[in-house]
Amino acid sequence: MDIIQILSLALNELVAPMTVGYILCAIGLAVHFGFTGLLNFGQAAFAALGAYGYGYAVLVFGWDLWGAILFGLICAMAFAALLGIPTLRLRADYLAIVTIAASQALRFTVGSSTAAPITGGSAGQSQFGESFYALNPFPEGEYNLGTVTLTNLELWMRVVAWGLVAIAALFVFALTRSPWGRVLKGIREDEDAVRALGKNVFAYKLQALVIGGSIAAFGGMVFVMSSQANEPTNWGTNFTFITWTILLLGGAATILGPIVGGMVFFALLTLIESFLEILVNAGLLPFLLIEQVAQIRFLLVGLILMLLVIFRPQGFFGNKKEMQFNG
Amino acid sequence: MNRLLKGPARAIGALIAGFLIFAGLLTASPASAADADPSTFAYTIAGTLQQDDTPITGVTIIASKDAEKFETKSDEFGEWTIMVPTDGIWKVELDTTTIPKEFNLANKDGAVNEADLSQTDFAAVLFKFGTDVVVKQSFTDQLLVRVFAGFNFGLMLAIAAIGITLIYGTTGLNNFAHGEMVTLGAMMMWLFYSFFQWNILVAGLVAVAAVTAFGWAQDAGIWKPLRKRRLGLNQMMIVSIGFGIVARYLILLFFAGDTKDISGAATVIQLGPIFTSDVTLVSMVISVLALLGVAYFLTRTRIGKATRAVSDNSSLAASTGIDVERIIRIVWVVAAALTGLAGVLYGLQFQGNWSMGYDILLLLFAAVTLGGLGAPLGAAVGALIIGMVVEVSTLFMPSELKYVSALLILIVILVVRPQGVLGKKQRIG
Repeated sequence: MDIIQILSLALNELVAPMTVGYILCAIGLAVHFGFTGLLNFGQAAFAALGAYGYGYAVLVFGWDLWGAILFGLICAMAFAALLGIPTLRLRADYLAIVTIAASQALRFTVGSSTAAPITGGSAGQSQFGESFYALNPFPEGEYNLGTVTLTNLELWMRVVAWGLVAIAALFVFALTRSPWGRVLKGIREDEDAVRALGKNVFAYKLQALVIGGSIAAFGGMVFVMSSQANEPTNWGTNFTFITWTILLLGGAATILGPIVGGMVFFALLTLIESFLEILVNAGLLPFLLIEQVAQIRFLLVGLILMLLVIFRPQGFFGNKKEMQFNG
Repeated sequence: MNRLLKGPARAIGALIAGFLIFAGLLTASPASAADADPSTFAYTIAGTLQQDDTPITGVTIIASKDAEKFETKSDEFGEWTIMVPTDGIWKVELDTTTIPKEFNLANKDGAVNEADLSQTDFAAVLFKFGTDVVVKQSFTDQLLVRVFAGFNFGLMLAIAAIGITLIYGTTGLNNFAHGEMVTLGAMMMWLFYSFFQWNILVAGLVAVAAVTAFGWAQDAGIWKPLRKRRLGLNQMMIVSIGFGIVARYLILLFFAGDTKDISGAATVIQLGPIFTSDVTLVSMVISVLALLGVAYFLTRTRIGKATRAVSDNSSLAASTGIDVERIIRIVWVVAAALTGLAGVLYGLQFQGNWSMGYDILLLLFAAVTLGGLGAPLGAAVGALIIGMVVEVSTLFMPSELKYVSALLILIVILVVRPQGVLGKKQRIG
């Protein structure tokens, strides 16, 4: 593998649907954490529900694209309400424990053979994207975009995915500039002060949780759509942790943060992995096996997460004053 | 970058480098043991076919996922290995027509199995041959068996959970990297006991000592500098998540992803309907002794009392002349020792793998929350309840969902009574 190949691989990662899936989840998390201060460590559950809801509606109900998307959204929103109503009154770190526990419980459940008739069990769902790819307007053929060559379906997937990112970013931008968004930031800074102003803090938090969860549900759908395979192992805590790393990398209380954070994060990972692979193949890292290189990925996730929170909690774009992690 | 910033960076770097060197020195070979086969595929599924210790030769084994299919035959030792190209969950099947007449599967659905390669690159798959030992037990007997198992599991959770709650009580940190100390304890035990074949007592003590050192180094290298920087507690919690990931994947890199058999030779002991082993009984006694030791330490010794004072109100404790930083250091050492011990005992009874500690982390949080965060004896009670619930719930629901019941308890408790069963109300505010 030469440098050009590595770079084009990294460029491909930059715009890949999987990257977009994470970016959408990170935008949702920006609403939760960046703007409202909710420590949601169960973002994987919202994405999973979006994906499973969509897949279930297509495979079992036989619904068309729009109905299925709506069903996926409703699943995620219902989960947000179910989770939020009892827990949003809790202290921030308790919320973190509850959300991570809920997402793990959900993952165990959807992956179990007991739930297999509904979710497909450990094999998950597959082949649910027909109606989506049927809408593809690009004529058949290969499209050469700089160093990356895509089929028409791959191009369609990427266009839709990035369209969703643009819509989500504009939506969140508009929200945060609205009076409603200012109340959210007020809650993040000082919940009691906002309450003293007569605002129903709980209702605002719940709305933020539902909105961020819905954006994550889109992320989940995009995540599984390109491979048309939705496996329960996708939705482990690592998914959530990667989302957090992306968000904190770019800047939690920013609009561009999650987008740039996600692109940089995956391009960087690909570069590092390819570089390590070259070193391993050249015999320069005798203690590392080639298949262990993929494990380095998560090691880096953890390391980046730690260092960011300690040294640059505001990320690339953030304002340090906005990132005080109340509590 | 100012002076305050440099401290933790250097410390973290040193800690990670130290861990790397330490683990690298000790385990140069085990990591590659599972991947000795020079094949182009990165993932391995393997197993041994035998009935009553007689190897079964020439049976065709087929691994399939989606459209991909690979097959092999068991060799003269009954052993077989299939290399597969991708991760995920592979279906592993025996071609029943190739099984020699004199052998028979334990049950007729037993020819199909699964290999979970989603997190690791090696999976062992077991097919049961011979007469299946299914003794129909009465409900009371089953309940007794489960309660015993739950008590045993709960005791192990308890010593690890006390570690979490002591750290939380004195520093306010919800330590998400706590599970890795359990894993490290088990892995060290595997290294010294199973790999180096040391005496079980010596191996256990060295393993606990290693985890204790890890706990001390963690506090000195990461948490103390962060406390000095006055990093917020929520930030610290996220740092602990990051640190947990780093530690977990370092363990995976050095010990590989296969299941480590640590148990060695255990003698089966029958107590009424309960089949257990000498290892289990001894480890239960050790757990109880450890719990009593902690109770004595906290209620009778000067340092223990000082620890409780710091938990109650650290600034007030400081103003009475207690060296809070010293107490926190001691708490980290004690917590790490207890947690390492839990890992050693857990590994001896249930084998170990790289993510075992992380897998039970949320159960530990459930136990701690149930007992009341920051209340050490509450955590012990909570752990016993959680252990019991996890085991007894398998009587009423599929065992693959047994952790779900514990997680639901965690959620319900946090919602209904966030201060826990024995916690004080002020702690939630």
